[in-house]
Amino acid sequence: MAVERTQKPLTPALTEWEYAPAPEARELVSLQERYGLFIGGELVEPRSREWFPTISPSTEELLAEVAQAGPEDVDSAVTAARTAYENGWSALAAPERAKYLFRIARIIQERSRELAVLESLNGGKPIRESRDVDVPLAAAHFFYYAGWADKLEYAFPNRRPKSLGVAGQIIPWNFPLLMLAWKIAPALAAGNTVVLKPAETTPLTALLFADVCRQADLPPGVVNIVTGDGRTGAALVQHEDVEKIAFTGSTEVGKAIQRELAGTGKKLTLELGGKAANIVFDDAALDGAIEGIVNGIYFNQGHVCCAGSRLLVQESIYEATVAKLKRRLETLRLGDPLDKNTDVGAINSKLQLDKITELVESGKDEGAEIYQPPCRLPEKGYWFAPTVFTNVAQSYRIAQEEIFGPVLSVMTFRTPEEAVEKANNTPYGLSAGVWTEKGSRILWMAERLKAGVVWANTFNRFDPASPFGGYKESGFGREGGRHGLEPYLSFEGSESWGG
Amino acid sequence: MRAYTFLMAQAPVLPRGFELPLEPRLPRIGSVDAVALEERAATLAKRSIKKESKLQAFELAVRMMDLTTLEGADTPGKVAALCSKAVRPDPVDRSVPSVAAVCVYPNLVPTAVARLRGTSVRVASVATGFPSGHVPLESKLAEVRWVVEQGADEVDMVIDRGAFLSGRYAKVYDEIVRVKETCGDAHLKVILETGELGTYDNVRRASLLAMAAGADFIKTSTGKINPAATLPVMLCMLEAIRDVHEETGRVVGMKPAGGIRTAKQAVQHLVVLHETLGLQWLTPDLYRFGASSLLNDVLMQIRKQKTGHYQSSDYFTKD
Repeated sequence: MAVERTQKPLTPALTEWEYAPAPEARELVSLQERYGLFIGGELVEPRSREWFPTISPSTEELLAEVAQAGPEDVDSAVTAARTAYENGWSALAAPERAKYLFRIARIIQERSRELAVLESLNGGKPIRESRDVDVPLAAAHFFYYAGWADKLEYAFPNRRPKSLGVAGQIIPWNFPLLMLAWKIAPALAAGNTVVLKPAETTPLTALLFADVCRQADLPPGVVNIVTGDGRTGAALVQHEDVEKIAFTGSTEVGKAIQRELAGTGKKLTLELGGKAANIVFDDAALDGAIEGIVNGIYFNQGHVCCAGSRLLVQESIYEATVAKLKRRLETLRLGDPLDKNTDVGAINSKLQLDKITELVESGKDEGAEIYQPPCRLPEKGYWFAPTVFTNVAQSYRIAQEEIFGPVLSVMTFRTPEEAVEKANNTPYGLSAGVWTEKGSRILWMAERLKAGVVWANTFNRFDPASPFGGYKESGFGREGGRHGLEPYLSFEGSESWGG
Repeated sequence: MRAYTFLMAQAPVLPRGFELPLEPRLPRIGSVDAVALEERAATLAKRSIKKESKLQAFELAVRMMDLTTLEGADTPGKVAALCSKAVRPDPVDRSVPSVAAVCVYPNLVPTAVARLRGTSVRVASVATGFPSGHVPLESKLAEVRWVVEQGADEVDMVIDRGAFLSGRYAKVYDEIVRVKETCGDAHLKVILETGELGTYDNVRRASLLAMAAGADFIKTSTGKINPAATLPVMLCMLEAIRDVHEETGRVVGMKPAGGIRTAKQAVQHLVVLHETLGLQWLTPDLYRFGASSLLNDVLMQIRKQKTGHYQSSDYFTKD
């Protein structure tokens, strides 16, 4: 070298870079002290005179008191729905029905921040998810079904679709507003009126939705919302004047409902539990697959019926996959659900936390190897660190039972046949994921997997136009798409079907 | 027994094809899923960086800046002004650090070297027939030899995209090896020109190729082609760097260049870097921004962060 060079020293690396708190404004939501039942277009006091508290699972802070609807309250809700159905809603021109749905969709968009904050506050999910997934998808469902309202004849040509009457709908706590939209939008588009029971732990966005209905000038009684625990749900299921029950929740309760309704002629759809397999082949785009695995099981703290709770990875890439997965887990940010940088929020309830803890203990006892990234859990509230189990046998409880928490069980396979066999070897059949760069293998797998949804090189992706539902103990009936209208209609010359 | 061994067919020695001379073993070349990659980048872009953490990011961005001018109209006067700016970016606020380097065309290296002698700011020169790379290897090497002799601390070379896209990977590889030899102790940044590579799979392959051939840094773009340093492309290259590090322990730097104009974009890049490669890479030794107009926006945001007020662009020098 001709020139004498002295290395110029550069400034050193950062030793830490903590993101400052970035909370979404809680003031966007104004809570009442007490919420009555939304019946006939009004929030009314419950005749049961019973109330129960609803809290924020991330802090255990009391948010409001909510009415516990008794049988007579459920009865007045059903009566209100029946009256609204007979006196106008069923005879309303279909394009007019559509207008209400479009209006609701737009109001959800306009009030999206408020809805998102309340969803995170009451349910514990990260604001990033309620803001980017729950609320936009809820609006999308109303937009989508608004479009069908005046085209039912085209959706089911030559079958003369007719509305049913009053639909009773019971929804879970994992996606409170989104599940409400999945239920209410197709029911109203098909010309029915509804009585909806939100989950016991997450009633607040449904009650805010009541306000959306009023703002949209929806005729009183078309949507009724009764809050309460399992007793309220049971009263709704048992009510004689309900033509159809739609339930999303646990398999156990779903079976009880099916027994209850046997022989009554009421239509039923059930969307129940799952134990989905995420299947990663050795030719997969691995970093993308890692994102899919993480999204599959840690999205919404794993409180997702179609969560990819079993990871089946081809043995030849097992070590690389687990190493990458562990490394990725270290970057997950657990904490305040209202912080915009939070990836993993709070467990929805004490009850659920106990269930997760119990199953994780069983996994350790049975001999699986546990990994949790170093993270500080807040002292108040219900929290569980993202967890990976390796060395899991197909026979372990953590490989068989639905955990409904941020817990992943990793197993291996050698051939595509073995992957299919292991993936299908569960009482459930809601979803599955296939990761491979080979198109023909995706199709081969999708043909053989007994799951209502098979995602290829992605996971937990939802669209209102795409039907969703299960095989086996994951339930029956489909929600979303044209298929999602069918359970809310009767057809000339055909008996009601689908349970 | 012995007879059998003689009778057994012997597999021919495998033809020597494209091999990456990495020790102890190769990273899996693998492939990239475009949807997943773009989604991950979009998620990270939504991180909300506020207050102290934001100011930290801005100051780091300044320290990581390769202040660049690559115009046909560049003159010694223009480069001299840029060098002054590089040393002291904000004359009003002396706490703002110097940038990492000034990046110029070969002919302007002597000017930059003279102006930056005794400062911490390095001189980087583009070379190897920048921006197209369509010149004979001997010319490329001569150019590199010359800029290094003139005192450039860093060399930003371009790969031969024509060779890469026609599948002549060995030619691309060999050129990088030769350039690296010629660089001596000057740092080598290898520009992939991702905007011309067409797919993320190609970006990944070119990244691994460049690292295998000895790149100290891999760099997205020349700045002459759009798209340039998009977040997904950057993430794709960081993942390749991560894999090489995991497999071999080698630490390679990253330089996004082209299209990064705002402080907000710079923070997004740093978030992607932080959450992909970790704290170890948050240093100008391993990360640079190639930019010309970014600096003033960062300076403006630093002043806003410190004083609470925005000032008009007339309060920041235009060089």
